Amino acid sequence: MSASATPAWFQLDWRRVGRWGGLCALGIVLVSLIGMPVGLDRRIIIEGRLSLGYLALIWMPLLFGYLVPKRIVLEGVENPDPGIRDVLAGLCAGVLAGLGPLLLILGIDNFNLRKPLVNWSPQLLELLTFGRGIGYGVAVWFAICAVLGLVGSSMHVLPANVRRVVSFIAYGLLFISVLEAAIDDLSEGFGLESLTDAMYARRGGLTVKFSIILAVVIGVLSIVTKGRVKGAANHYKGLQGAERKRASMLLFSGVTALCIVLPMFLGMIMNELLANVGLFLLLALGLNIVVGLAGILDLGYVAFFAVGGYTTAVLTSAESPFFTPELHFGFALIVVVAMAGLTGLVIGAPVIRMRGDYLAIVTLGFGEIIRLLFMSDWLKPYFGGAQGITNVPHVDLGFAVVKGTDPRSVFYMVLVLCVLAVYVSWRLQGSRLGRAWMAIREDEQVAEAMGINTVNAKLMAFVVGAMMAAVSGAVLAAKVGSVFPNSFMILVSIIILVVVIVGGMGNIAGVLVGSFVLIGVLGGPRQPGLLQEFQSYKLLIYGALLVFMMLKRPEGLVPSARRSQELHQEEFLQDAWLKGEDHDIEEAAEAAAAVGGSEGTGDQA
Amino acid sequence: MTATLNRQSARRVSKVDRFLTFIRVFLVSLIVIGVVAFLAQQFAPDNPFARWRNPDAMGLTADQFKGLLVSGLSQGAMYGLIALGYSMVYGVLGFINFAHGEVFMAGAMTGFIASEKFNANGLWESNFLLCLVLIIIMAVGISTLMAVLMERVAYRPLRNSPRLIPLITSIGVSFFIQNAVMGLFGPASKSYPRLPEWLSKQRSILTFEIAGTKILVLVVASVSMAGLWYLVERTRTGKAMRAVAEDKEIAALMGINVNRIIVTTFAVGGAMAGVAGILWGLLFRGVTHMTGFLPGIKAFTAAVVGGIGNLGGAMAGGVALGSAESVAPLVILEPLGVPGVSQLKDAAAFTVLVLVLLFKPSGLFGERLSAEDRT
Repeated sequence: MSASATPAWFQLDWRRVGRWGGLCALGIVLVSLIGMPVGLDRRIIIEGRLSLGYLALIWMPLLFGYLVPKRIVLEGVENPDPGIRDVLAGLCAGVLAGLGPLLLILGIDNFNLRKPLVNWSPQLLELLTFGRGIGYGVAVWFAICAVLGLVGSSMHVLPANVRRVVSFIAYGLLFISVLEAAIDDLSEGFGLESLTDAMYARRGGLTVKFSIILAVVIGVLSIVTKGRVKGAANHYKGLQGAERKRASMLLFSGVTALCIVLPMFLGMIMNELLANVGLFLLLALGLNIVVGLAGILDLGYVAFFAVGGYTTAVLTSAESPFFTPELHFGFALIVVVAMAGLTGLVIGAPVIRMRGDYLAIVTLGFGEIIRLLFMSDWLKPYFGGAQGITNVPHVDLGFAVVKGTDPRSVFYMVLVLCVLAVYVSWRLQGSRLGRAWMAIREDEQVAEAMGINTVNAKLMAFVVGAMMAAVSGAVLAAKVGSVFPNSFMILVSIIILVVVIVGGMGNIAGVLVGSFVLIGVLGGPRQPGLLQEFQSYKLLIYGALLVFMMLKRPEGLVPSARRSQELHQEEFLQDAWLKGEDHDIEEAAEAAAAVGGSEGTGDQA
Repeated sequence: MTATLNRQSARRVSKVDRFLTFIRVFLVSLIVIGVVAFLAQQFAPDNPFARWRNPDAMGLTADQFKGLLVSGLSQGAMYGLIALGYSMVYGVLGFINFAHGEVFMAGAMTGFIASEKFNANGLWESNFLLCLVLIIIMAVGISTLMAVLMERVAYRPLRNSPRLIPLITSIGVSFFIQNAVMGLFGPASKSYPRLPEWLSKQRSILTFEIAGTKILVLVVASVSMAGLWYLVERTRTGKAMRAVAEDKEIAALMGINVNRIIVTTFAVGGAMAGVAGILWGLLFRGVTHMTGFLPGIKAFTAAVVGGIGNLGGAMAGGVALGSAESVAPLVILEPLGVPGVSQLKDAAAFTVLVLVLLFKPSGLFGERLSAEDRT
């Protein structure tokens, strides 16, 4: 009865609105109390208008506003056309989200919970009220949340073209302001300081004028390039045989040339960052073989990293008490690889037959044991205990010296090793061994029944992964000039796991993307990324990303085709069923029955 | 051709087997030599075998040994309580809830916040037992809520996915909670207020000199364990839980609300972890956002040692692991001439895990899993 009394455009799904709006309010409170707004306020996105601290809050009403009217698209079910109702739902959710800042502002003003909650601070209140009093702050927050909810939900109503332009502008501006340090650095290398001086304000962040210009440029670009990029990608995917090979070679040489030329124009910090990305890429490529291809969840992967670092340090450093003849890095690298293989076998052999999840925990235990051993007084004469080994020499290659104070040289060395690792993984992927790994990942028992020696294949995955990690560890030791047990915490394994999973398990391109995006932007366990302000929050973000990816997109950003089929098996079957491909299945079944029948009659005869 | 292949593969497998046998023999002989050297030392400190590896070995006095054993037991009781959560969830859903350690940490953290408030208004001094009951109730509440929320948000959508997917998710959950707690309450270690004198003083029971706190820990742990045993073995809910652990589909056909039972399982596991969190706070007093990590893994070890899915086993495994980790470094490693053995406590706990999985993967008391989880 009440439904008939309210007009059609007001028939909202109130439960949905309440849920998403409430979640959004909760999210705002949580993020504020974790300290992101205050901590990130230093980083400015648009001068005088928007800082990363505020951005950490306002993305939520936008996203939740977008989510509220979003409907699940099912094949064969018609969704009603988006309309004014949806926009209204977003608005309501936004208003509800405004409760979050309201509660915080009133709470901080009236109660003192500073004791357990470290971020329950006047600074937060100042930031939330924009320094202009409580009433103003509350009103503005309600307005902001409502408008953003409205904007988010109106994305469903806007025509696709407009939506595209808007999202391009938003992402583009964000991208350019995040890359500020890189662009600054690059322009300095090319002698274009005047451009970046106009672009970025002195205290960081885009200037207002320039962000408007940029918005227009990006908008125009997005209209001009519409569909072209996708078309080119599809064209590339559609190529066959020699043509595809030529295109690939072209692409590859282009990327290589870029990688060789670009660092020459970059300064110290950016080169350092690239070197770090390369180091973690090497690790991630190794873990990709273990987790992505063979499907073995190795949480103690950092152990091999540590073995690489320590072997190099012991062999090359004059400080290492145990091994006196100091080897050249090149020889040390050979020993490192051999050592890593051996460690891989020793750690791998006892665990390889265990159930997948037991294996994960036991390898985690091994990772911790190895760190504890390196740190212990027992092995102090060999590995230096908690003080580690210092004074690992630079790498003298004859024509160049690779040293930590010159990150460009480190980057080139890492680049060579990464290319090698990519080549090895790529060749392995298609090899007999690689196919065996994938078979084991998909179903171990079936793989065994097909005649694959699963124990050996899994051990090989362990060993290959270990070698790549150890090489990365060796480079780390040479780069930093020292090794400490605390550089090899379990944390490292988990971050690498996030990189592999976010990028796309079992896909080399995915791992590349993952390490560039995560290590480059957020940073490694100790190494800062482009957003240095995120230093204290990045682990939180890594955790949240891991959960989000597993729930919503387990195949990663750049999925490998086979892996995503595996993960969405049911959906694939459903799609096949809806498209009427079940005829084939029936036919196959009939054919099988016919064969069985004829065999039966044959037996009788 | 196939015959040679078969022979080859058989030979290769046996290489791994041989290596495993070698590891087994090596570890066992290490333990035996260590224990024998320790015993030799105890009987006659000057005999050559006792001096063989470690000429400065002091041996342990009876009191020292008892002290180690008691602290091992009380710590083990805590591991046991946490292990129950791992064991129950593994029994019902067949995956390791890696974030269970964080549930425990949340309990300890809640206890810290509440006890500090009580301490500020003097109630902690004047009526400690009331405070204890209150903080236990609060910690249990928060931990239960957290475990249930975790199940709802992160694990329920993954109910039927391959086993490693929820495990990876739970690693993410664990990471997230750790760092969220660090963000909320700061990275510094927080310590519980001082316990009243009448509780923490040494008492002597059956020739054991035990600090009152440890007695409290043991008592609370046994009471919780008894409550849990009653719940699982004597009530309808418990029966339903056992049925779901045995076979989810058939349990559903028998009219059991499987979802509700799974939530109950998480809730009960979370409650036990909450109790363990308070006990940790009373025993060690210091709590940080990383408190849940190592005890969590060790508790999982305890669950495996006792046989996963087996509740009594989890408790016994916890106690066994706790005593092994406190006694083994001094009894086995010290006589072998390893310096700084106390640093290797955690390594000893992980070695126990490897040992159990090498010798008896189904645990000391046998695992109780449904057929599908066993593969």
